[in-house]
Amino acid sequence: MRHALAQNIGIFRRMFASPIAGTLNILVIGIALSLPAGMYLLLQNAQGLVARLSDTPQISLFMDTDTKADDVDKLRRQLEQHPAIDRVEFIPRAQALEQLKKSTGLADVIGGLQKNPLPDAFTVYPKPRTAQSLDDLRAELAKLPKVELAQLDSEWAYKLEALLKFGRMLVLILASLLSLALVAITFNTIRLQILMQREEIEVSKLIGATNGFIRRPFLYFGATQGLLGGITAWLIITLSLLLLNYQLGALAHLYASRFSLHPLSLGDSLTLLLFSMYLGWLGAWLSVARHLSQIEPR
Amino acid sequence: MIKFNQVHKRYPGGFQALKNVSFEIAGGEMVFLTGHSGAGKSTLLKLIAGIERPNLGSVLVNHQNVGVLKSRALPFLRRNLGIIFQDHKLLFDRNVFDNVLLPLQICGFEYRESHKRVRAALDKVGLLKRERSNPIALSGGEQQRLCIARAIVNRPSILLADEPTGNLDAEYAQEIMAIFNAFHQVGATLLISTHDESILQNAGQRVLALKHGELQT
Repeated sequence: MRHALAQNIGIFRRMFASPIAGTLNILVIGIALSLPAGMYLLLQNAQGLVARLSDTPQISLFMDTDTKADDVDKLRRQLEQHPAIDRVEFIPRAQALEQLKKSTGLADVIGGLQKNPLPDAFTVYPKPRTAQSLDDLRAELAKLPKVELAQLDSEWAYKLEALLKFGRMLVLILASLLSLALVAITFNTIRLQILMQREEIEVSKLIGATNGFIRRPFLYFGATQGLLGGITAWLIITLSLLLLNYQLGALAHLYASRFSLHPLSLGDSLTLLLFSMYLGWLGAWLSVARHLSQIEPR
Repeated sequence: MIKFNQVHKRYPGGFQALKNVSFEIAGGEMVFLTGHSGAGKSTLLKLIAGIERPNLGSVLVNHQNVGVLKSRALPFLRRNLGIIFQDHKLLFDRNVFDNVLLPLQICGFEYRESHKRVRAALDKVGLLKRERSNPIALSGGEQQRLCIARAIVNRPSILLADEPTGNLDAEYAQEIMAIFNAFHQVGATLLISTHDESILQNAGQRVLALKHGELQT
């Protein structure tokens, strides 16, 4: 066991003998991996946002601006008795204006208005439904008297979800291509290593080394290079996220909200590292299988 | 130990290296292989080590037919052989000690035991004081002795030497032969190729003479 260790350490030392080339390789792998992994992370964050919104679908009913108070009461009773509706919230036009002033920081602009342009509104919380039946409900509510407009607020969330599906496919394609690149990089690195150690391989074969014995350090090297590339990718993503969140914090503060990007989860981080390690190992394995058989002692 | 049965070897270019060679070497024997360069000495040794395979006939080493051995089994055959190469095949990226250590690493020897064995092998060939040197700093005779140390460190039952005294002056050649004689004394089987007549006369052992690929009787 200690021999295998000593042998591998020796080979590692020789393989990393050119630190600049080695570091560049690892950096290339890291950048290649950080692109799809970073995109995946952004998608995950968007996904979380969408899930939160589409979990609680709501329909906004905007009334005609000339609606009287008893019309509103009548409509409220009607809505509360509707079998598909869980609960209803009434937002008087004055309150809506206040909210608008507070939440957007447009107080000056709104203060300059001569009259309140906003209508009275209801926020309707339907009982859990499919997207289709929500749309039917919206159409039904739109036909009620004095209702100017019925809007399914979660509609854009569904659209975004479709967009996210497209994004996920993009990540998948990008990840596949760049994984291939990683395998190719390792393949080539190992090819050079094998050529450089041709003599040692030849002598080892002559004095009874099995192919497994010769193959092993190259596989370890490929896996290590992949793992280091994975760690580099993780660092790139985490650092970028810190920078983005710093800027996003300032932005969110302006809009009085607390939005920030979540970092890679522990599971995702481990997956990234294991996957990059596996790809390095695979590249090394392919290279060794291809090139080692060509070195036979004569 | 080693048995050739009507062995023919023709290289891809069409050169007939060995023609109908048959002989047998018993365990513990010390046999010399002689002939002009190109007579087939190296080819014969390569057939024993499984580096080349015969076109016809069979090569038996320890009752194993080397010619039909699966390539997966070859390493284990070679671990029973100590081979001393004409061109030494030393590794210049590591020191003397690590060169001798390599066969033990390959066989998976325990750390402490292997270090003991390396020192013992280096002591036998008189290179113990040079264990930290790079082989490139050694003289021709010392490099040859280092190659011997690497071949014997694994304590193989069969030792093959291809022109071990080829480029050495008489004094060094004597030293090398003394080392081989010592192995013969402790029961190893040796097959040594040489074209040095004086060595053959001094040794007084059995001689296989090759001429144009054929064994002379």
